[in-house]
Amino acid sequence: MEKASAAPGNTTDAVVPAPTFFARLRWGKWLLLRRMSQAGILGLFLLGPWFGIWIVTGNLSSSMTLGVLPLTDPLLIMQSWAAGYMPYQDALIGVAIVVAFYLLVGGRVFCSWVCPVNPITDAAAALRRKLGIKGGRAPAASTRYWLLGSLLVTAFVTGNMVWEFVNPVSMLHRGLIFGMGFGWLVVLGIFLYDLLVASRGWCGHLCPMGATYALLNRTAVPRVSAAKRAACDDCMDCFTVCPEPQVIRPALKGDGSPLIKDPECTNCGRCIEVCALDVFRFTTRFSASTHRRTTS
Amino acid sequence: MAASTPVKESRRQFLATLSKVAGVAGGACLFSLGLGLYARQASALPAQALRPPGALVEDAFLAACLRCGLCVHGCPYDMLKLASPGTPVATGTPYFTARDKPCEMCEDIPCVAACPSGALDRSLKDIGKARMGLAALVDQENCLNFLGLRCDVCYRVCPVIDKAITLENLHNPRSDRHALLLPTVHSEHCTGCGKCERACVLPEAAIKIYPIKLAKGSLPDHYRKSWEEKAAHGGSLIGEQIQLPVRGMEGTPPAPAQPTLDSTWKP
Repeated sequence: MEKASAAPGNTTDAVVPAPTFFARLRWGKWLLLRRMSQAGILGLFLLGPWFGIWIVTGNLSSSMTLGVLPLTDPLLIMQSWAAGYMPYQDALIGVAIVVAFYLLVGGRVFCSWVCPVNPITDAAAALRRKLGIKGGRAPAASTRYWLLGSLLVTAFVTGNMVWEFVNPVSMLHRGLIFGMGFGWLVVLGIFLYDLLVASRGWCGHLCPMGATYALLNRTAVPRVSAAKRAACDDCMDCFTVCPEPQVIRPALKGDGSPLIKDPECTNCGRCIEVCALDVFRFTTRFSASTHRRTTS
Repeated sequence: MAASTPVKESRRQFLATLSKVAGVAGGACLFSLGLGLYARQASALPAQALRPPGALVEDAFLAACLRCGLCVHGCPYDMLKLASPGTPVATGTPYFTARDKPCEMCEDIPCVAACPSGALDRSLKDIGKARMGLAALVDQENCLNFLGLRCDVCYRVCPVIDKAITLENLHNPRSDRHALLLPTVHSEHCTGCGKCERACVLPEAAIKIYPIKLAKGSLPDHYRKSWEEKAAHGGSLIGEQIQLPVRGMEGTPPAPAQPTLDSTWKP
């Protein structure tokens, strides 16, 4: 106001103020929280080997927190079962806790809030946008489910957890804690694949671990809602940043519920913060008020 | 005719979808097939890589191990490693190399207690019953004790001394007046901890730990050892035997006793 009154002929400058630190923070609130979650979880695992503070031991495949909380990855147990082995109770309790947690918050929350590969594929996607790389050949999004099924069959036939010989997710997380070896090549491979060959190719089309977590994503309580979809001006920003863009359309452009209930939605919240018109927000799947189309 | 057009359309669509799905499914299955073959090849455990105590037999181990590294953390001596990609051990599975760091044979076996899946079998309560491998004195040409020296290091460091490794006293024909004390491994007691291989003073160990399958032969089932049977039954099972004379040797004086020592010998 003071500025405007001092230079009344220069009002257009006031329309685009330089974003303050807090404005920038708000712009990336969910992204920031997500990176903090990913780094924090990885950090908890690394506190032991790096600083000798053993809060969490093991890795994402199976871990023990403070000597009381076992956690085990569902895909690992599924492979073990398929290979003809029944693990001890410890591992089964661990997997039950993990499954219950993700049924509540949404399975693919693992993908966007926990998985160490996510920052890598996010970086590949960001660089792809920046460099303007278009096209490429992405396999069908159903490939991951076929892959999941066929690798379980292969585990059954060979009696061996075959996916764990190449699984980039467990390989990266285990590598950061216990030593990478040539695992970097696999990570680099995924980065280059996402950058040059297929947009969001790994997480969105191939990863059977993500497919497993997507199976647990149908009862998630927190969900993104296109609550103010009437305000949408079709700028496409949300579609550009979304790792699973097909999930947005039914909620944003359809006539039904504005809740994004697609089991592939990772609850990453990127659409919320890139939308200049605040169309999206986090809500719960029970939120009834959002079911009505809001008018602007 | 006009009514058949949508049917044709939907059939075309159906066939297109079908071929696409078949492509995806076929690709995924082919990939998994290749992965299965690769996994079989990559599962071949090199002889020097030993599994932690209580590990299930290798095939079952690969189906059970979650590759989590809790055993690695459980080991207070930090001797276990998780195989990283590029090492010739199944990726992510724990192993140790006896020559680098052998198993210290903790009495409470913390690595086994830490394993959440049972790939390390908790029915192993006595570390003395662990069978991580079997020591074998493979190089008798270079073993210092075989050369007539008193190295004995492998014997001295053995946690199951005088049971898993004994020194067998033999006449040394080279000097003719010394003994050879030969380190001898007994599979009945050897846990395969690897201390002997670690301690061998040679640049390349003469005694090494091998997977039991490689280190141990087996007798056919029907073989019986007469001395064991005798001990078990308190006497020969086939009774008294007729002593037959050696034909043509009647009247020959008995062979002289031990040859006398050569008095000109210098050490």
